[in-house]
Amino acid sequence: MSGVNTDRLKRKKSAANGVFYGVIGLLAALTLACLIIIIGFILVRGLGNINWEFLSQEPRRMGREGGIFSVIVGTIWVTLVSIVIATPIGIASAIYFTEYSKEGRLVKIIRFFTEVLAGIPSIIFGLFGFAFFVVFLGMGWSVISGGLTLSMMILPTLTRATEESLKTVPMSYREGSLSLGATKWQTIVKVVLPCCRPGILTGLILGIGRAIGETAAIMLTVGGSLRLPSSLFDSTRTMAVHLYMLASEGLSEEKTYATAALLIIIVLIINTAANLIGKKLGTL
Amino acid sequence: MKTYEKVIEKMILLCAVAATLSVALITVFIFQSGLPVMADYGVFDFIAGTTWKPTNGQYGIFPLIAGTLSVTLGALAIGIPTGIACAVFLAEILPPKPARLFKSAIELLAGIPSVVYGFFGLVVLVPAIRNYILPVFQIFDPDITTTGFSILAGAVILAIMILPTIVSMSENAIAAVPAEYKEASLALGANKRETITKVLIPAAKSGIISSVILGMGRAIGETMAVLLITGNMAVIPGSVLDSVATLTGTIAMEMSYASPTHQQALFAVGIVLFVIIMLLNLTAQLTVKRLGGEGK
Repeated sequence: MSGVNTDRLKRKKSAANGVFYGVIGLLAALTLACLIIIIGFILVRGLGNINWEFLSQEPRRMGREGGIFSVIVGTIWVTLVSIVIATPIGIASAIYFTEYSKEGRLVKIIRFFTEVLAGIPSIIFGLFGFAFFVVFLGMGWSVISGGLTLSMMILPTLTRATEESLKTVPMSYREGSLSLGATKWQTIVKVVLPCCRPGILTGLILGIGRAIGETAAIMLTVGGSLRLPSSLFDSTRTMAVHLYMLASEGLSEEKTYATAALLIIIVLIINTAANLIGKKLGTL
Repeated sequence: MKTYEKVIEKMILLCAVAATLSVALITVFIFQSGLPVMADYGVFDFIAGTTWKPTNGQYGIFPLIAGTLSVTLGALAIGIPTGIACAVFLAEILPPKPARLFKSAIELLAGIPSVVYGFFGLVVLVPAIRNYILPVFQIFDPDITTTGFSILAGAVILAIMILPTIVSMSENAIAAVPAEYKEASLALGANKRETITKVLIPAAKSGIISSVILGMGRAIGETMAVLLITGNMAVIPGSVLDSVATLTGTIAMEMSYASPTHQQALFAVGIVLFVIIMLLNLTAQLTVKRLGGEGK
């Protein structure tokens, strides 16, 4: 009698196992499929439209014709400004957390707000950048307004990446340097930071990725001018904003797919670079 | 030399405070720009008012809240089971090497810009809903119509976008469960499935819950994707095939042409969004603390 029961129980269990693993496998496969379909679809439709003219010519008729040269230049400008501002501050913050701070109340508060900053949605950054940089400081829709707004957005990413890699530097390195008579700052600059180059670079790359893909905050702070920016105080347009304009107004299917494909290619390059450096970091 | 070092230390402290200062500045400027209109219009009328017609001076954001809520809940309904399944798959089922590959695939998903998701939704999902999903719905309700710009489209795209958050945090939480728990469960005769569902997932609860809360925050705050595919109609939706406008999408779309008062009203929408996101992030942090730190 009990033998029959265990048999039934076993069969029931193995059926339950089948359903369980089946559902999990299916959902995981679905996730992978989403990634492949999205990237594949856009690359297949867009790659054919990316050519030298597209990359080197200025957009004409609001982007219906011509290329996206000024948009590429605008993207590089805005990204560069944000990186130049955020990188030193991010690295310094990480140095403060790992090298100077004693786990006290102040550090807890600073750390908490760094987390908070990371969680603020981009449209809020956009509103803030508009109210503060564009209007209050009178910078107008410009590369500098957008760059400053973006630098606030990527600051937590840079801080976190640098901090993670600072933590991996063995204490003995610092002790060795200090015992040789180096000051704390000399130790940090000459011994600790050089060990963290890959980690900092990873943070930088992720920051660049975020800056290039950002749209909402840029729209409200950089504007959407299609002219080539000649100074930091000119309005311009980034690739992500250009993609939005083209897509929402249905200006040119061909150019829209090409812009989207270009963004995907940049994302792929950035991810690969970050992964490669991450691997190097792992072997350190 | 001593003073030099002291100066450097102060400068570094200043940099570390930059993030805190940024949060303070953002809070001050958003509230300062949005509060007057909210106060004039009446906080209750603003939040519970059902008509958003800024050109008429009617600033009831309830339809926007309903829009954000419906899209977010839809995204969670799809994203939570899928995310947890992927996390279990990664942590417990896949061998290390393919797991690493699967993980980089998920990271790639996080790297795709939101406007690209929106564009994909616009050219693939919206027409698909109009052409293939609508007929299925019409079997049950012949009067139903849709343009394809809908809650459903927004929910599906947002679900994909919040997956990386849910998967990576839940996976960390599951992987952080002490090996003894698993060994004890297996030693008692439980099989792997029972160990996963009855021991590992309950033990990783706090990490999983906070991953869901953060994913929810991401869905609520997401702008470009929903802007392109939810249709931006500020009405209270009747079905998942209806168009909605979200808090974020409305701000992004209307800022460019808004009159000064309308602009202030959009800042007030920003205040509501800001407060919701802050509460969610706080809850996520408290969850990890309260339920024990194994999700770290």
